Amino acid sequence: MKPSAFDYIRADSAEETVSLLARHGEEAKILAGGQSLMAMLNIRLAQPAMLVDISRCRDLDYVRVDKGQLVIGAAATQASVENRATLAAEVPLLDLVFPYISHFQIRNRGTVCGSVAHADPSAELPLCLTALQGEVVLRSKAGRRVLKADQFFQGMLVTAVKPGEIVEEVRFPLREQGARYAFQEVSMRHGDFAIAALAAAVTNDAIELTVGGVADRPQRMRWPRLAGADLDGAINDFAWGLEAQSDAHASAEYRRHLVRRLGRQLITEASA
Amino acid sequence: MKLYEKHTAYPVTLILNGVRRSAPAEARMLLSDFLRHELGATGTHVGCEHGICGACTVRVDGVAQRSCMQLAVQADGRKVDTVEGLNRGADSELGDLQQAFKRHHALQCGFCTAGILMSSSHFLEQVPDPTEQQVREMLSGHLCRCTGYTNIVNAVLEVAALRKERSEHA
Repeated sequence: MKPSAFDYIRADSAEETVSLLARHGEEAKILAGGQSLMAMLNIRLAQPAMLVDISRCRDLDYVRVDKGQLVIGAAATQASVENRATLAAEVPLLDLVFPYISHFQIRNRGTVCGSVAHADPSAELPLCLTALQGEVVLRSKAGRRVLKADQFFQGMLVTAVKPGEIVEEVRFPLREQGARYAFQEVSMRHGDFAIAALAAAVTNDAIELTVGGVADRPQRMRWPRLAGADLDGAINDFAWGLEAQSDAHASAEYRRHLVRRLGRQLITEASA
Repeated sequence: MKLYEKHTAYPVTLILNGVRRSAPAEARMLLSDFLRHELGATGTHVGCEHGICGACTVRVDGVAQRSCMQLAVQADGRKVDTVEGLNRGADSELGDLQQAFKRHHALQCGFCTAGILMSSSHFLEQVPDPTEQQVREMLSGHLCRCTGYTNIVNAVLEVAALRKERSEHA
């Protein structure tokens, strides 16, 4: 199908964008890479009165390391992060995850901030941001506020973004000394939305497991270095606590099964 | 800042396969429809219109992406390459990717082919010596219901090998 009619404004800077949002409020929607929004426009799930295109805002197109974080601006494409030669050393979890995110052709245009702002519960980038306890910078005409991932994601496609705000940048903490990561997901086809996606992080004194695609937003759990039956029991409790739902792709029971089996497997992999 | 008001057509200019082309477009017009209906470049096909099937893939400033998942006005001033630009000039020989697809029977109905060729042409520039696994991952962004993909994989791998051979003998 085709999008319904809207006014379109090509913004040249972040300052201009927040001024436009201040003036037009909730009727304006931000367009960056458009790899979630354009699909919603085409099938008319979204019918905004106005689109503010930030994809040519040069002051939002950056990927840099700053104060122990990998900082990614709102206009930076996923490919521009994926293709960083230093990514595996900087944020190893992101390096593991990128090949699973949709497809080459989508990552070439889709933005990291756009995926975070869209907040699909089975999307990989919100999962990574939650797993690493990264930050989201929201900017409005009044100023900026910085939220932790678990404050930002509030439910299925629901975030803490208020009218007049844009996701200006997201920040992924750089690799913690001694931490090891593993990631795996199950989907119908490579690049499809995940039925369940899991990231494990293991440090000297803790085990963390983050799950996407099961609850209404990515969920993270942290334990001390449990092993054997204690670890199995802890993962089982976590799996039940996610309140998995059945849908056309998988039953709630199968999703819990994936959390238990893949969770255990990934923790073993990251502990090796 | 530039405003495009709804229900109003504005001139959109792009460099299509090296040639400067201009036509009017409303803000809501997709790049895929602009190419086909306004510029007559019907080599780019339209399938699902939500980014799944890959038929409409073109290169914008060299980068393979869906033309159904962006607006024509967003491509204003950009360089857009489509399947029509893969051969060496009008009515001339097919490009090496096209020839390999023909040799390997990597297409049947041809609906998906233009998109796959455009993805492959960008992919091989980025990954000149790919593994079969990498080619298959790139192709996961395209649906083909005729070939079973194997012949497409073989064609792309052969082009990589031939280009490598050619550059080593150059």
